[in-house]
This record gives sequence, structure tokens and C-alpha cells, in this order.
Amino acid sequence: MQRTSVQDTLVGLFVAISIVALFFLSLRVSNLDAYATGGDTYTLIAKFANSGGLKAKSAVSIAGVRIGRIESIHIDPDSFEAVVTMAINRRYNNLPEDTSASVFTAGLLGEQYISLEPGGMPDILKDGDQIELTQSAMVLEQLIGKFLFSKAEENPSE
Amino acid sequence: MLTLLESLGRHTRLTFTKLGRGSFFFMHTLSGLGSLLLRPRLLINQLYSVGVLTFLIIVISGLFVGMVLGLQGYIVLSDFGSEEALGVMVAASLVRELGPVVTALLFAGRAGSALTAEIGLMKATEQLSGMEMMAVDPVRRIITPRFFAGFLAMPLLAALFSSVGVLGGQLVGVGLLGVDDGAYWSQMKFALDFYDDIVNGVIKSIVFGWVVTWIALFEGYDCIPTSEGVSRATTRTVVNSAFSILGLDFILTALMFGDQ
Repeated sequence: MQRTSVQDTLVGLFVAISIVALFFLSLRVSNLDAYATGGDTYTLIAKFANSGGLKAKSAVSIAGVRIGRIESIHIDPDSFEAVVTMAINRRYNNLPEDTSASVFTAGLLGEQYISLEPGGMPDILKDGDQIELTQSAMVLEQLIGKFLFSKAEENPSE
Repeated sequence: MLTLLESLGRHTRLTFTKLGRGSFFFMHTLSGLGSLLLRPRLLINQLYSVGVLTFLIIVISGLFVGMVLGLQGYIVLSDFGSEEALGVMVAASLVRELGPVVTALLFAGRAGSALTAEIGLMKATEQLSGMEMMAVDPVRRIITPRFFAGFLAMPLLAALFSSVGVLGGQLVGVGLLGVDDGAYWSQMKFALDFYDDIVNGVIKSIVFGWVVTWIALFEGYDCIPTSEGVSRATTRTVVNSAFSILGLDFILTALMFGDQ
């Protein structure tokens, strides 16, 4: 009888420690807590001529602080622009109407994310509103192309 | 020449017959679930021998695998000046691949072979036929608790392996090599997704636990009831489990991560 109760304790310990390990993986190693705060959000829409390497679940941030994530990206069938739907945390529901959105890259080779820059208008963006001022992703090839073009214009003699 | 063809044909037929018997055996095992729920004590006893006794080897292996990943990852990443990504590398490789796969291989070696030998010996000493004589279904009484114990223990062990591995990587990367502790954890957290990575890893380990336990139990139940037969069955358990784990891992990885 004594032996069985020791066995039970060990089995219980094993299960408990393993479940702690699962929680550790979920909360400390992955971004489950980002989903948890994602429960209470409102959506904003922004159109970009080029969404670059943005993906669903990419970050949306203000001044480097993450305030939401991208829900979906699809093409507007009329204008052929990328329509990005963002889920923003309810806590940040006082963004001015002339907030602008740009696609930035974290570091030289990092992930792309949307950075919002609040403007100064008194009216605020509401659920489902569209951000009018957007700046597309920078494409390295286009930048190099522009640079070479302007260089060539500077010295027409060569 | 003719005998060669004949033996090839017989071999193929026997393989398929065995697969068929294995499938019926699996159905039979599942049918014992109802009576198992009435006797949870049987399951707890098996969780002890399958889970608790495998605990130590999993924790120690996980720690060392994580430490090696930390060291090797640091050597490669420091060439690119991105040591901060060490946490991502260690955690992603553990959670997506190494956790489930290495745990399943160790599980097959530690618990699977023990299950086969135990059941094979029961068969060789006619304990199973003795149960049948007493109108006790040996599959439901002996096999079902062991199957569900393996099925439950594998995902738990794999989670344990990955967690300990991440901590082992931190021990080497942050403790010995001087990667920033904040960068180690925050980059990891930024790059790993709960549904894409953790849940898929758990699904993998459930599938592996199912396959390994099934192979181990069936090889034991189906073995030739002699000492040589039991030893061969034990070998087959480990070999077939390893093949199935690695093959299935490729298929599952292609299904889960192929579209990214």
C-alpha cells in the first residue's frame, strides 16, 4: 500500500512538472500572451502601394512599442493596392485621424512591421476606419536603381 | 530464381498480413478505453513505468542537447554578428523538431523496448493465454492501459525536453558565452508563434507517442514466444519506431511548415 502511494505521488509530480513545462513554452518561449491581450481590439485599415514583406501577425507599433498586430493582407481588386487590416489594442483608442502608417524593417535583415505616427488632429480614429497617410515598404532594388539613376544624371559626361 | 521470387512474394504477403493484424490489434486496444476509465489505477501504474521512469533520461538529454545547440549556434551566429538570435535558433529547433523527434527516439529506446520485452515475456510464459482462460481479455487488461499511458506521456515528455533544452541553451549562451539575457528571451518570444510552433510541436509528439507505443505493444503481442523471439521483437520495436518517427516527421513538417 505504501508503495502505491509513493508511485501516485511520483506520477502526480511528473504530470505537474510537465504541465509547468508546457506553460513555460507557451508563455515564456512563444507569444501566447500577445494573443491574450489581443482579445479586446479594434480594427484599422491601411492601403499600401507595396506591402513588402509584411505578414499576418506582424507587429504594429507606435514609437517602437507594440500596440497590435496585422490580421490580414489582401489586394483591393479595383486599385490593386495592398489592404492591410490591423487589430489594435483597445487601450490605444485615441489615435488622431491624421495618423500615418509606414512599413519599416527591424534592423537590416529583420522582420517588417507597421509603424504608426500620430498626427495632431483632434478627431480620433474609430473601429473600422482607414488610415489615409501611408508610406510603402522600401524595396532595396528600387533604392539602388534610383541611386544609380541620379548618379548617372550628375555626371552626364561619362 | 523461382524460389527467390517465391520468397519475395511470401515476404510481401506476410508484411501486409502483419500490418492488417496490427490494425485490428489497434482497434481492439481502443475498444478497451471504456473499461479503462472505470479502473484509472491501471493507467496510473503504467504512467509510472512509462513516464516517470523515462523522466530522468529526457531531462538530462534535453539539457545537453540545449547546451550543444547554444554552443554550436553561437559559433555560427557570431560569424554574422547576430548572437542575439541565439534564443530563436535554440528554441525554434527544439520546439519544432528536436523536442518531439529526439524525445520519441529516446522514448522508443527506454519505454518502447521495455514494453515489448514485458509483453513478449508475458506471452512466452503464457500469462496472456492464462488470462484468456480466466475469461479476461488480455488486450483490454494489459495492452490498453499501456497504450494510453504512452499516448499521454509522450507530449508531456517532449514539452519537458524542449523547456529544459531552452534553459540549457541559456546556460551556455548567456551564462558562459555572454549573449544578452534580455535579447535571448525577447527575440525568442518575438519569433516563435504559439499556434504555429508550440501547438504543432505538441501535435507531432502526440503522433509519435501513438506510433511508438503502438509498434512496441504490437511487436510484443505478436512475437514468437521464445527467448529469441522476444529479443528479435525488441530489436524490431526500436528499429521500426526510429524509421516511423523520422519518416512521419518529414511528412508532418511538410504539412505544418511547408506553406511558409
